[in-house]
Amino acid sequence: MTDLDPATRDALAELLLAVADDEFVIGFWDSEWTGIAPMLEEDVATSSIAQDEIGHARALYELLAEVTDDDADRIAYGREPDAYRHAALLNHRRGDWAFSVARRYLYETADAVRLAALAGSSHEPLAQLAAKMRREETYHRLHADAWLRRLADGPPDVRERLAQALRQLWADAQQLFTPLAGEAALVAAGILPEPMSTMHAAWTARVRPVVEPIAGPLPDAGPSAEGRSTRTDDFLWLHGEFTMVAGGAEAALW
Amino acid sequence: MVGPVVRDSRERRIWDELARISDPEIPAISLVDLGVIGSVAVDDDRARIEILPTFVGCPAVEVMRSEVSDRISALGVADRVEVEITFQPPWTSERISALGRERLRQSGFAPPQVGPTIPDEAAGLDELSILPVAECPYCGSRNTTLENPFGPTLCRAIYHCADCRQPFEQMKRV
Repeated sequence: MTDLDPATRDALAELLLAVADDEFVIGFWDSEWTGIAPMLEEDVATSSIAQDEIGHARALYELLAEVTDDDADRIAYGREPDAYRHAALLNHRRGDWAFSVARRYLYETADAVRLAALAGSSHEPLAQLAAKMRREETYHRLHADAWLRRLADGPPDVRERLAQALRQLWADAQQLFTPLAGEAALVAAGILPEPMSTMHAAWTARVRPVVEPIAGPLPDAGPSAEGRSTRTDDFLWLHGEFTMVAGGAEAALW
Repeated sequence: MVGPVVRDSRERRIWDELARISDPEIPAISLVDLGVIGSVAVDDDRARIEILPTFVGCPAVEVMRSEVSDRISALGVADRVEVEITFQPPWTSERISALGRERLRQSGFAPPQVGPTIPDEAAGLDELSILPVAECPYCGSRNTTLENPFGPTLCRAIYHCADCRQPFEQMKRV
């Protein structure tokens, strides 16, 4: 990556870290359902989705490690909690099934918009990985979409749990499109083919007509500058879980 | 599947050896028939082999990498053997050879549907292409239903055959 000037390289690193941390953290939250999902089929499905997401995170951390001359495992497991850059949507523990479905629907629809853009990135390794991820994520999106509709058509208490989760998560979901500090440089270089604001508008136009009939009118909301830097006790707990083995056996080879 | 480009006898020997290495999860199919060998190139003292993971998070990739490295090193056609993992081109289920599809079937796996070609390689799968019935590997019936698009490994889905009343797995279309 010697052909990038330092400012653009830093901005690329910021982008890769944001996307990687999103995939990593949602993967670990999903893995919390392994063994206790509402039915066996969903045990298998959430575990498989979690494995996909963490696999995507690994591939993204490897791209990042090449850009910053670092090590993917260190980036994944060797940071303090406040150095993670996942969006606020992923700061919440898994909650009940309706909560997880609501979050996954909001996440997958946003991820689809983001990957469609990144597949056109001028940073070739990122474009290639995004194109590959996109084909796999189609399955995740269909899964989330099917469950959203299933719960929405369920008994009133089920529908209400889903509606409440959508209302609770709406503002934090916007933070998936938090502008990056180096975004202008990325857009200029074609590394990020569209600004976050354009992706955000496309996502909002797509999800509002689906979620508002369930959740009721949702407020106008947008990303904030702190959308990827706030941390919660829920995340601190998760961080303790996913760093436990790596922290207990430093420099171990797997 | 388009046949590999083979430029000399050393590359031929490497391809032949790769065709004898089994997929770690479905041993009946070779890495070549699975379509995960992206390229083979030999120059001077170096052999370079590219592996295309079926899924980005496939945990079998490291097993494939070390197996390929050991077996090709043992061939003695090059002093150095480099095995790279790449997503260019992305592995798609269209890369499975005709023999590979037959081997999957014999092992009790429905091969992925061969659907309409995807016009834009960068595009996601169209939704209809995922859901159609799969052909039962046991009795050949198409009277089957998708039970779960997620199965015991990242690359498999679970179906049920209404005729022979068997659950079966399909290698997913991606």
